[in-house]
This record gives sequence, structure tokens and C-alpha cells, in this order.
Amino acid sequence: MNDPGPTPATARSLEEVYRPITRRTFLKGAAASLVGMTGLMAALRPLLELERGEITVDELLQRHYRELTPQELERILRALEEKTAREYGVRPHIRDIRPQPGVEFAYALNLTRCIGCRKCAHACLRENNQSRETPDDIEMSYIRVLELQKGAINLETSNLYYDPERVPQPDKYYMPVQCQQCRQSPCTKVCPVQATWQEADGIVVVDYNWCIGCRYCMAACPYDARRFNYKKPTLPPEAVNPNQSYLSNRIRPKGVVEKCTFCLHRTREGRYPACLEVCPTGARVFGNLLDPDSEISYVLRNKRVYILKEEVGTLPRFYYFFEK
Amino acid sequence: MKEYLVFLYRVARLSFYGSARFYAWMGFLTVLVLLGLHAWARQFVEGLQVTGLTNQVSWGAYIANFTFLVGVAAAAVMLVIPAYVYRQEHMHEVVVFGELMAIAVIVMCLCFVMVDLGHPERFHHMIPPFGIFNFPGSILSWDVIVLNGYLLLNLHIAGYLLYCRYRGRKPARPFYIPFVFISIAWAISIHTVTAFLYVGLAGRSYWHHPLVPSRFLASAFVAGPALMILTFQIIRRVTEYFIGDKPLYTLRMIMTVAMIINMFLLGCELFTEFYFPTQHAAAAQYLYFGLHGHRGLVPWIWTAIALDTVGLLLLITPASRRIGWLNLACVTCFMGIWIEKGMGLIVPGFVPTPLGQVVEYLPTWNETLVCVGIWALGALLYSWMLHVAVPIMNGSLRARPADAASLPGDAASVAAA
Ligand code: SF4
Ligand code: SF4
Repeated sequence: MNDPGPTPATARSLEEVYRPITRRTFLKGAAASLVGMTGLMAALRPLLELERGEITVDELLQRHYRELTPQELERILRALEEKTAREYGVRPHIRDIRPQPGVEFAYALNLTRCIGCRKCAHACLRENNQSRETPDDIEMSYIRVLELQKGAINLETSNLYYDPERVPQPDKYYMPVQCQQCRQSPCTKVCPVQATWQEADGIVVVDYNWCIGCRYCMAACPYDARRFNYKKPTLPPEAVNPNQSYLSNRIRPKGVVEKCTFCLHRTREGRYPACLEVCPTGARVFGNLLDPDSEISYVLRNKRVYILKEEVGTLPRFYYFFEK
Repeated sequence: MKEYLVFLYRVARLSFYGSARFYAWMGFLTVLVLLGLHAWARQFVEGLQVTGLTNQVSWGAYIANFTFLVGVAAAAVMLVIPAYVYRQEHMHEVVVFGELMAIAVIVMCLCFVMVDLGHPERFHHMIPPFGIFNFPGSILSWDVIVLNGYLLLNLHIAGYLLYCRYRGRKPARPFYIPFVFISIAWAISIHTVTAFLYVGLAGRSYWHHPLVPSRFLASAFVAGPALMILTFQIIRRVTEYFIGDKPLYTLRMIMTVAMIINMFLLGCELFTEFYFPTQHAAAAQYLYFGLHGHRGLVPWIWTAIALDTVGLLLLITPASRRIGWLNLACVTCFMGIWIEKGMGLIVPGFVPTPLGQVVEYLPTWNETLVCVGIWALGALLYSWMLHVAVPIMNGSLRARPADAASLPGDAASVAAA
């Protein structure tokens, strides 16, 4: 195609294209544009159903959590409270709770004691305001309790939807899995906008106002620990926990990812995670790794500890152990 | 500068000038695009619940089409390399059409990424200085760079060559040859980076596999040329631009070699997965034979393998020296690879889940409509570019010395109307 050369005019004369616009062609063009515009409006009609306040200029201009000044953050928290009150009929108290210095949280779970009652999974829902269709819809819970066949640790044959008369079943044991707060966390590495990151105390959080909802982190997580809000959360007013924080259990908008935060709004203030408090067998141990006298440090020093999918190299801050 | 404005003006007028057939085709595509837009608007309002996606299978048809199309776009190099590196004259007749195709397809890719987002209105979070770019950690950030870079490269090369042609000038080599060579490497990179999106995820053993990028490239160099062979024949039939058989046969040869490599790599994969199946073979097991009674993808993948095999047989035998059979081979290869590399690659990555659950995925109607809309948009864009490029290429649209002077006249006539 270097040399155009003299091309015989095989084509219809294109000069026709450039005749002056006549009244007729103009009207034709106008009619066509009208049809086109009508089509476009019709196609975009669903946008009219967008809820008021669903997309606000403030939120569009909001910067990443870690770049916000205290004043900006304050304003955002109040706006979020307002929005929640309007949409869910309960006015929450939303705070920003920072990590404490000298703390690195870790969790350990005693597989010998766990009986698979799923109380932790339900407590997680009540604490963290996840969406649910019915009171016992635990799909969005951050904890998935697996039923495993005794004699192996084989996730491949595990059952998530077990439903026997009583637990535990004699030939089964149970393994709750939640975010392992990995030290080498693939989820934060892949996020294209740094909407998810590790905090100083080791907790992996999500800025729900920054996440673009690409779900790359869900693909990256080896523990199925992340949930996506495919729709606006369904939450009756009586189910809302009004004690909320920006980075953890505030009610998420639709289209963003959420996950276990070790209940940072509780644990950063010296309380236990909700799942630990509710566990009837005391299978759960939580604490500060950097404190040699903490219970978690004791467990890691003295028990037979198992790390889930150690071969993936995520270096979890969540441990399983065995003990009568 | 003025010359260029005249050019743009003439291109714009030409865009709305065409036969009844042209109008019917463009109108049909526009209707499909609008249907897709409507479906997407619904998705935007109601959230991704209108798709078949779940917490367990969190990527589906959108990402599958995206992955496949990145390959088609990359395959434009299969025209560029013979034309510029091996200086095959006959490839120069068509190389611009390949670049234009790459442009249309990259736009489709970007659309598929956009519709997959839960918050498309926050897209600017990816673009500094408004947002934060997780570079070099996130492969998705890399992908955004390479895809947009490839789009710009092709826009520049194709735009420059066409404009020179229009002006009857010889293109100045420094203005395009360096970009052509960059674009060759770049094309390989877009598909490799896209493969790395998946290969980088150590937690998904079905994807965490060093063969994936090579297979991506091999299958791309089948699907892309297949589409080109078919569209070039359409071009020579419905427009007044002559494309000989030679470029088609060059593409056939490329396709054949790529298909042989693709099938060989597939064989290696199957051997590794099934000779001594480990727990990691569960995804492949699900794909090819079903797992725990779930067999959603089994008919699809065997259809794909059958199509691929038919395509391969046609390509390696003399049958495909006849255009009719060659076309059949192109259709089967294109469809086969679309299934195998789209749904066949993405969905098994999520099945079983990392915790061993099998949750199946099926696109919904709404999701399908969005996909159809984006495909129609690509076709619309490509048809429009051809509508303008063909008259430039065959010389019926070219600069007239009087043009610069004629613009005011034209403008006046617009005003008068
Ligand atoms: S368990 Fe998953 S979500 Fe949690 S830190 Fe690890 S990779 Fe991220
Ligand atoms: S879904 Fe949100 S948090 Fe996850 S990778 Fe995408 S932007 Fe980051």
C-alpha cells in the first residue's frame, strides 16, 4: 500500500457524497436522528430507576481512605450514617477505628473441639450486617463451615451444605474457614486500584467506597473468603447492627467486595470477635501475636498446628490445631 | 491542518452515505447495540444480580469474551509480520484492514471489562492522578496499559497510512515503521499479559500453569486469522476493493501451524491432568467429564474439541486449498476456540471452588444480551471503518487540490440547508 498509483475510478463517483445538502436529505437526516435518539433514550430508560442518592458527586470525587484528612473522613462518616438511616430505617453510628501500635492479630481454631454447629457463621451475619434473604441465609457470611470425612483433610470431598439432625456426626469433623488474613495476601496484590490492603495490625480491609467491583481479588483468594454484593444488601431494620465502622461492618453498597475483618471494630478496642464469643465449645482462640503471654502465642508455641493450603505460600494469620 | 479538517469532514459525510444494503446492515447492528445497552443499563441499576454470576463463580461470560477477543486483536500481527518483516507485497493489500480490525476488537475488549465492573462509574480510580494505579503489583493494571497502548499504536499506524493514501503521499517511514515494530512486540504482550492475569493466581491450580500463555498465543493465531479470512472475503465481495487469494492462503498457512501447536499443547495438558490425576485435576475433571454429577460444561468442551479437530483436519489436508472448505475450517476453528478459551478456560477456574464446592454457572439472558450488544458494537465499528477505508484504499476518495478552497463552500451549503 506504499504506492497509490493511478487507480482507475472503479468506484461509484464519490463526489455524489459531497453534493450540497438539500432539503430532502436534510429532512431524511433529521428523521433518522430522531429515530436514533428515541432508540437511545429507550435503551437507557432503566437508568431512570436509579435510587436517589445512589450515585452522589461527593462519592464520585471521594479519594482513597488512606488519603483522606480527618475532616473529610468525618464528613463522609456522617453522610454514610445519613444514607443508611434513609435506606434502612436505622441510624447507625459509624466510626473510623485505627490499629493499635504493637498489635498483630492472629486466630487459631481447635479442630478437635469444633462441632460444626455454625453458630459462628450466624453470629458473623448479626455482627457484620451482611445481606440475607431469610434470617438463616448464610451465603454472605464470612465463615464457611466445611464438613469433612474423618481420616483425611480433603477439601475436595468436603460438604458445605450438610444438614443432619444433630451435629457432630460420628464419622465427620468440621472445619470453619474464613479470611486467613494472609501475610502474603494475593487479594491485595492483584487489586488494580489498591481498594484492599493490609493494615498495620495485619487485618486485610476493603475501602467499599473505592472498590470498583472487578472481583479480581475473589479470583485470587485461595480460601473463598470474599463475598461480592451482586445487589443492594437486603437487611430488615431489626437485623441492622448500628454499631459500625467504615472499614468493617457498615452496610456495603452494591457492587463491591466484602470480607472478614476479624471484627476490627471490636478487636481494636480490646473485645473478641463475634464468632469467638458465640462458640459453644471454646474452639476459637484469638489474640495478639506480638504479645508472648497471649493465649494465641501459647497455642502456636505448644500445639500441633496445621496451616490450610500452606503450599500456596500465603502465610496465613489463621491457624488450625488439634487437642482434646 | 486545514487539509486534515477537510479530510475529517469528508470522512464524516461519507459515513452517512451508502447503499440501502449498507443502511440496513448498520441499522440492524445499531438495534443490537441498543438492546445490549438497555440490558447493561438494567444491570447498572439492579447490580450484577442480573447475571448468572455468584460468589463461587465470580467471572463468567464477560471475562470469557474479553479473553478470547484480546487474542483476536493480537492476531493482527499475523498480517503485520509478513507484510513488514518479510516484505510480502500481497500482504500489504490487507494489512490496514487487519489493523482496523484490531482497533474494533480492542474497543470490544475494553467494553467487556467495563460491563464486568460492579462500579463502572468509579473507573477513574484506575487512572492516575484521579485514582491509584496498583503498579507493578496488579496484572490488571498492566493489562489496562498494554490494551490501551495497543489501541493507540494501531490508531496511529492505520490512521497515518490511510491519511497518506488519501493525500496521495508516500508515507514517511520514520513516522510509522518504528511503531509497526513496536506494535509487533506489543501484540504479543497484550495476550501474554492477559494470560498472566490467570497464571498469576496460585490459588487456582487450573490456571496456575506455565502452558497457559503459549496456548493463548497459539489459539489466538488461529482464531484471529480465521476471522480475517472470512471478513476479507466479505470485503472483496461487497466493496469495490480487490483482495486476491494470496493473502488468504498466507493466513491459512499461519492458521494451520498455529492450530497444530494449539492441539499439541492441548494434548500435553490433557496428559498431565489425566495420566495421573491429582486433586488439582478436579477442574479439568469437571470440564471434560463432570464432577459429582455436575456436567454443565461437558457438552460444550466436547463440541469445541470436535470443532477444533474438524478444523485441524481440513487445514492440514489439501481440502482447504479450496475456498469453500477453507471457510468451513475458519468457522469451526473460530467457534471451537471461542468456546474452549472463553467459557472452557474461565469457568473451570472457579469450579470446584477453593474449598471444594461445585457451583455451576450459566449466563442469563440479560448477560447474553450485553455480550451480543458488544459484539454488534465491534461489528458496527469495523463496518464503519471499512466503509471509510475502502474508498481511500481503492483511490475513489482522495484529496483534491481544490479541497482546501472548497470547504467554506461546503460549510455554506450546510448552513443554507
Ligand atoms: S484469605 Fe483470601 S481474602 Fe483473606 S487475606 Fe488471604 S487471600 Fe486475602
Ligand atoms: S473487587 Fe474491589 S477490592 Fe477486589 S480487586 Fe477489584 S477493586 Fe480491588
